[in-house]
Amino acid sequence: MQTIYILWQRQVKKYLRSPSRIVGTLGQPLFFLLALGYGFGSIFKQAGQGNYLQFLSPGVVAMSVLFTAVFGGIEVIWDKQFGFLKETMVAPVSRINTMIGRTLGGATVASIQGVIVVIISMFFGFRPETHYLLLALLFMFIGALLFTALGTGIASVLDDMQGFPIVMQFIVTPMFFLSGSMFPIEGLPKILGYIVHANPMTYYVDGIRGLLIGGNHFSLGLDFAIVTIIALAFLGIGSYLFSKIKA
Amino acid sequence: MIIEVKNLSKKFGDREVVKHISFNVERGEIFAFLGPNGAGKTTTIKMLTTLLPKTDGEIKLNNFDPEDNPDEVRKSFGIVFQDPSLDTDLTTYENMEIHAVLYGMKKEVYRPRIEELLKLVELHDRRGDYVKNFSGGMKRRLEIARGLLHHPKVLFLDEPTLGLDPQTRNLLWNYIRDLNQKENITVFLTTHYMNEAEKMANRIAIIDHGVIVDIGTSEELMSRTGTDSLEAAFLKLTGHAVREEEGENEFRNMAKMWTGKR
Repeated sequence: MQTIYILWQRQVKKYLRSPSRIVGTLGQPLFFLLALGYGFGSIFKQAGQGNYLQFLSPGVVAMSVLFTAVFGGIEVIWDKQFGFLKETMVAPVSRINTMIGRTLGGATVASIQGVIVVIISMFFGFRPETHYLLLALLFMFIGALLFTALGTGIASVLDDMQGFPIVMQFIVTPMFFLSGSMFPIEGLPKILGYIVHANPMTYYVDGIRGLLIGGNHFSLGLDFAIVTIIALAFLGIGSYLFSKIKA
Repeated sequence: MIIEVKNLSKKFGDREVVKHISFNVERGEIFAFLGPNGAGKTTTIKMLTTLLPKTDGEIKLNNFDPEDNPDEVRKSFGIVFQDPSLDTDLTTYENMEIHAVLYGMKKEVYRPRIEELLKLVELHDRRGDYVKNFSGGMKRRLEIARGLLHHPKVLFLDEPTLGLDPQTRNLLWNYIRDLNQKENITVFLTTHYMNEAEKMANRIAIIDHGVIVDIGTSEELMSRTGTDSLEAAFLKLTGHAVREEEGENEFRNMAKMWTGKR
């Protein structure tokens, strides 16, 4: 327990201590809200879909959690390169506990980031219509666990940061764009529809949107079930890969 | 006997890096591993410290087998790696504290111990500073203090003075000798600097191509080779050929394993 706590604390401390990181990761959601939220607003309205900013904001929140969490997991590579990982590897603690501590830490950081983006989007005119804020926070955190575990798993098999752009281009960015975070997923072309439905991010975006403004595409139960199950699966796979890291 | 090694081997694929070596280290001894690059020093240390499984042979550290009882072995040693292993975004004290918690120490026990060790390595006034602002020598001192935090029986030092200036090297060795005497801690070190091994170590094992070619006090090594310095003895035992880096070899071997070419 102590191990998990101190490693969780390490992640959170490091995050809170680097304002540049907090501000830096807020740039992207800001641009999305500004350019897309305002830019596409009138078209969206003309198409009879209502207020686009209201629709988009939960997607942007989910996006920031996704990026921050994957990045938090990828940090394992830094620990490999700068040696701290070895310190934990020769300590009398199980790798599973090490992994759990880090992942909880990364997911906490990503969730804080998600909350900050909710607040920012309110400045742009987003209005949460919900009675489930706590549930939304819990759901946000479960998804953050999923993406942190994904990042940790990827980082466990990569040796240096060279592979990082590939991960971003071919895993994280498609997960974001093909998830319904920016567009409604009704009536998509067939193939795109399949891809979107196979993407765990889709259910995450849908759940967050449902909890923040109502109107899920799927049921909230399905969103919870899928995100939780995949989070558990990724935690398992991530732990396995993490435990196989060689000194 | 604090370390017993019998017939220890390590193979990466079909390349044997450590070949049936045997040696013992007495409690309280300062023992040095001396060898050219790629001789198998770091690989041996990794096997002793539970980071790498052995291929064959027997290891006992503080009477525990690293593969059967990894956690008991881990509690028994402290280590300063060849490359730094601190979290530079944290402070001196935080690095120490994480170590203490990872080793299951209680707050009442580790607090005074951290104070004591930081004073010993003269970093007490920097306890709240971020490690990223430290010089190489300060980082090393902190790593030594951290390695000693959980009262280990053995301290492993893998090239602890690499890249440090002579003043810092001297200082470090003074701490280590002090600790060896005060806490009766066994020190297992590897180094490239002959004079350091000569000055510090009670016994020296010279290892080359994965084999221990000779073992004894520096006087014994000199008299057996008929030389008048450890460096001359070392060169006589290991030859003048320049070696490839161990890391590079390991990497190539991995690549070979992946592509299936042998």
